[in-house]
Amino acid sequence: MFRLRVTFDGEVVLDVEPVFGYLHRGTEKLAEERTYVQVVTLTDRLDYVSAMTNNLAYVRAVEKLAGIEVPERAKYLRVISSELQRIASHLIATGFLLQELGAFATPLMYCFRERERILELFEMLCGARITVSYMRPGGVLQDAPEDFWPALDELVKAMPQYIEELEGLITSNEIVLARTKDVGVLTAEKAINASVTGPMLRATGVQWDLRKADPHEVYDRVEFDVPIGAIGDTYDRYLVRVQEMRQSLRIIEQCVKQIPKGDIRSRTAYFIRPPVGDAYGAVESPKGELGFYLVSDGGIAPYRCKIRSPSFINLTVLRDLLAGWKMADLIIIFGSTDIVLGEVDR
Amino acid sequence: MEGQAVKAGFDFLGIYGFFDGLMPESLDWLAFLVAGFILAFAIINALVVSTAVYTWFERRALGKFQSRLGPNRWGPFGLLQPIADVVKFMSKEDTVPDGADRQVFTLAPIVFVATGFLVFALIPLGSNDWLSRLNIGLVFIIAVTSVNTLAIFMAGWSSRNKYAMFGAMRGVAMLISYEVPMALAIAAVALASQSLSTYTVVTNQEVPFMLVMPLAFFIFVAAASAEMSRTPFDLIESESELGSGYHTEYSGMKFALFQLAEFMAPIIVSCIVATLFLSGWRGWGPIPGQVWFILKALVVLCALLWFRATWPRLRVDQIMEFAWKGLFPLSLLNLFAVATEIQLLRDPVTGALTDSDMWAMAAINWAITGIVFLAVSRMFARKQLQRPLPKPSPLANMGAEAE
Repeated sequence: MFRLRVTFDGEVVLDVEPVFGYLHRGTEKLAEERTYVQVVTLTDRLDYVSAMTNNLAYVRAVEKLAGIEVPERAKYLRVISSELQRIASHLIATGFLLQELGAFATPLMYCFRERERILELFEMLCGARITVSYMRPGGVLQDAPEDFWPALDELVKAMPQYIEELEGLITSNEIVLARTKDVGVLTAEKAINASVTGPMLRATGVQWDLRKADPHEVYDRVEFDVPIGAIGDTYDRYLVRVQEMRQSLRIIEQCVKQIPKGDIRSRTAYFIRPPVGDAYGAVESPKGELGFYLVSDGGIAPYRCKIRSPSFINLTVLRDLLAGWKMADLIIIFGSTDIVLGEVDR
Repeated sequence: MEGQAVKAGFDFLGIYGFFDGLMPESLDWLAFLVAGFILAFAIINALVVSTAVYTWFERRALGKFQSRLGPNRWGPFGLLQPIADVVKFMSKEDTVPDGADRQVFTLAPIVFVATGFLVFALIPLGSNDWLSRLNIGLVFIIAVTSVNTLAIFMAGWSSRNKYAMFGAMRGVAMLISYEVPMALAIAAVALASQSLSTYTVVTNQEVPFMLVMPLAFFIFVAAASAEMSRTPFDLIESESELGSGYHTEYSGMKFALFQLAEFMAPIIVSCIVATLFLSGWRGWGPIPGQVWFILKALVVLCALLWFRATWPRLRVDQIMEFAWKGLFPLSLLNLFAVATEIQLLRDPVTGALTDSDMWAMAAINWAITGIVFLAVSRMFARKQLQRPLPKPSPLANMGAEAE
């Protein structure tokens, strides 16, 4: 689905030219022909390993545009589900990085095993596992069922051990260190100039996280750290992701304690007709800043929907990252950028 | 073996004797030929069938390693999976790419598989094994495994595909490099057993050589897992980079032959390790030698499988570094140590080595191995784990902006 036209000198990469568009589905155009609520289902299919955060970014934009209030309980449910999604997405990123390193599927399957538990929780929440469409402008689809909370509790208790186990396999593995340390270094300056976001940016040492910088939902009411990397190499990108998983668990724990009873969705019209204007809503998705820019002409569908997809923008530094490294490094550097093609091509 | 009473059993002489008795004197050569064919048939089938079982075992065990099921549809526990695989391979179209060198393209898988059979013939499975009494067995093994390299290059070059070529070039570089430490480790074994025949290596191996020279054992296992190009040395195929390396263009039965050879490799390697370092068929009690041998080979096989399931792959330059800067000096050191010890310890008149000599060697070699490993690992660990502490970049500081 993603094509990289590479010029090699023997094993050494001289130049790369990404070829995009094999998964282009015209999401932005499709959004113009659907009502504001219907577009939620399209966002699931952007970054299909983190549908929750996509939903959240989109509904934030709509809520800004139409001035919709969100009940407290819904905010907490949103944060819980998107932090679960962040763990799931980082698990996939780590698993595939190891797969690309040549570890014969074992770490990948371990990661998938843990992700499976998260997907089961999503199934409880909304009946779907991957394309969840859980969020709505003004709240969430439905309240969590009774048996969701004990299951979540169990997961939050068990997860640190799984992360430990994963780290035991990977973090100080000689071969992983030899392959990833000092490989594909991205400097903070270059990352900022290319407007790279997410774990890739934080691995370079820049402490930038939308959850702190522009606290949406209830992120200002929970305590968490923003892990950063030391030099911005492939290993740092891996480490940052692992640490973020731990922080996400912290957030979930606090949310479970704080969550109030109450409505989960504010009353909105069946067809939301925002006033003429525009709004930009962004969240920190597992890959970086995912933003939706919506323009309304007062109708029932967005006049224009522009998606700022982190995967796509993080790819712009690819040439700088890859030039001069070997063929085998190309694969793991590319793997450590953690892109999802659904989001790149939109 | 002249002058030695060989029991007439299911070995070459037994079969030959049987047919020789049936045929007139003038047809001796035919009896010889028939006996040879029967033995070759037995060896090839033993290896092919055990490979088939091993493919099932490996996939099943990997499934368990990876918390999934593995093949489980065909037969009890998926035991018939290899048959299904072969049927699938045979029913596939056998394509040859345009511009490929047809003859070399066809020959490559055959050469690749043949080397495996040749090596396996020399493994002494039991005390009455016949072929392994070849007096240059160890040299033969080293020579024949080198032919692998040629087969890989033939496959990569003749398919006229850049990924295949990449895989083949990497393969040649790597396999040739790892031949050297492997041969040097085998040389130490030959010195200690005072023989080049795999049979005599086992008969002279009162103390398993794994205990006598652990360094040689480590070097051999490392080099051999490179020779069979599995993780962490599987850069010849490196699925994530090269499609599937040198056999990218192969399909149908030709591909099946490559697969066969690849799955044969761990069996052969574990057999060689069992022979050279784990004292082959020797064991205790009334259990027959063959059972001991298979048990030992299975242990090695499981260890190799464990490597495969756990480790990621090294980069091509790191693999070469490991061969030339790591294994090569170590194998020289090991050879030097073993040779010196033998010179000092052996009986000055007969040149024989007793068990106590072996244990003395073992003590010295374990000390050497311990020191070497400690030194190397400390050196590496210091280099590997040195990292600056992460500190927030001044370019964009979220905390500062919030204030």
